[in-house]
Amino acid sequence: MQYRLDYYLPLVKNVPMKQSYSFLSLLRHGLNKHTTWTPAWRSLPLKDRYDVIVIGAGGHGLATAYYLAKEHGLTNIAVLERGWLGGGNIARNTITIRSNYMRDASIPFYVKSVALYEEMTQELNFNTMHSKRTMVDVIQNYPMMRDRRRRQHIMDIYGSTYKQLSPSQVRERIPALTGGGPDARLPIVGGYVHTDAAVNRHDAVGWGYARAIDALGGEIHQQTPVTQILRGTDGRVAGVETPRGVIRAPKVAVAVSGHTTTLTETVGLRLPLRTMNLTAFVSEPVKPLIDVIVNCPDAGFYLSQSDKGEMVIGGAPDFGQSFRRDIKQHVFEDTVTAMLSLFPSFKKLKLMRQWGGHLDIAHDASPIQDETDVPGLFVTAGWWGGYKAIPAGGLTLAHLVATGQPHPLMAPFTLKRFRHLEYVMETGTTTAR
Amino acid sequence: MMNIPCPFCGPRNESEFSFGGPLKPDRPDPNATDDEQWVGWLTEVPNPHGPVQEKWWHVKGCGTWFTIWRDTRSHDIVEGPLDAG
Repeated sequence: MQYRLDYYLPLVKNVPMKQSYSFLSLLRHGLNKHTTWTPAWRSLPLKDRYDVIVIGAGGHGLATAYYLAKEHGLTNIAVLERGWLGGGNIARNTITIRSNYMRDASIPFYVKSVALYEEMTQELNFNTMHSKRTMVDVIQNYPMMRDRRRRQHIMDIYGSTYKQLSPSQVRERIPALTGGGPDARLPIVGGYVHTDAAVNRHDAVGWGYARAIDALGGEIHQQTPVTQILRGTDGRVAGVETPRGVIRAPKVAVAVSGHTTTLTETVGLRLPLRTMNLTAFVSEPVKPLIDVIVNCPDAGFYLSQSDKGEMVIGGAPDFGQSFRRDIKQHVFEDTVTAMLSLFPSFKKLKLMRQWGGHLDIAHDASPIQDETDVPGLFVTAGWWGGYKAIPAGGLTLAHLVATGQPHPLMAPFTLKRFRHLEYVMETGTTTAR
Repeated sequence: MMNIPCPFCGPRNESEFSFGGPLKPDRPDPNATDDEQWVGWLTEVPNPHGPVQEKWWHVKGCGTWFTIWRDTRSHDIVEGPLDAG
């Protein structure tokens, strides 16, 4: 419990917004026929010098800029985005927020992240549609039950919740789960329930952060790809090169997911990362059917029902490295086959959209957040399932960038761990293999 | 799905193959290398935004191991095991 209380303490007061969103403001602007709203964030001219440049206006980049401004008072900052705000991996995931991890190093970090997500709507004055709907792991073999039991014991220490369910309790929670009976090749032998798990609205997270960064004085520049990281004669990072010109800054943070190595190679850095394509797809919207996040590690898929009624379904990544952003036919077929083995009635569902997000995975499947061998150049990478880590990942990277010291929650996840072979082998990622 | 050219069976569906990882440089002699190079060899793999040379195993076919060059942006096989080079 002592851990938990500490994590839940709010850091500082909520950000004062120029245009607060509330029922009263909706009423007032509604009476003015909605002509009096002002933009949620400004598009300012690009300067040639900042105190900190964050590359990537995805979840981690935006959260980092937000906490740099809010916690450390750094407001002369710019977030550079190659595409558009909220168009990268923040829109290419399955919006699952959870903290059922395996390692002592990982769990406190994700517990903190889940807690920050829970207060995000209040803190940012932006409805993130946070829905704490719990997650049920459907287990189909005994070694996996033992693995989950081990996780439960470790999670208990750090205040995360994990409880065992009997097969009948699993079916009670998920009435649509009709497969996996006693005659199936892999009968359901039990389950685990993680009540902290939630889903929310990914666009709201990106837009909420962008609005808060703007209110605090930071800048976001879309359509500004970084082509080269620049080093000064002293070896320190000097800035970045973009098609809109050279932008100088003494500190640069790289939060670009799958393209981390592509960017760091421009200053001759080598990092233990591979880029992979993790895919998902959604069905047509149907009436409310499943009110929890269902994870089936033995069958090899996970799903949840969105507020719109679509089934959001994810499976395994592609073989090999990939910078593609779509699903391969056989990966798709394998995931559908796995899903139909447990949810045979879903055979009638029509599938509507598919997408892939290219993300990077480190040698030990745990994230990397550190200052690189180029002084002033920071990376946050290896976020296999990084959506759930957005608020805490931003908080810790902002701490590292501002103070030069790793945040205690991220201290085990530096680059030095590879040099000393002190890996944090993480098996809590859903589908890493 | 990729159509992978097995040197023995010809082009076959990707689902018949198992991925063997990108080709790494030769293992350095542990006694003749420093810690940094050794850790680099252990943990770093080529991760190009473009063609990468990698190993595949025709596990559901003839069982041959071979290498191809594949473009990570498009999954086009730019060079098969029997191509010149």
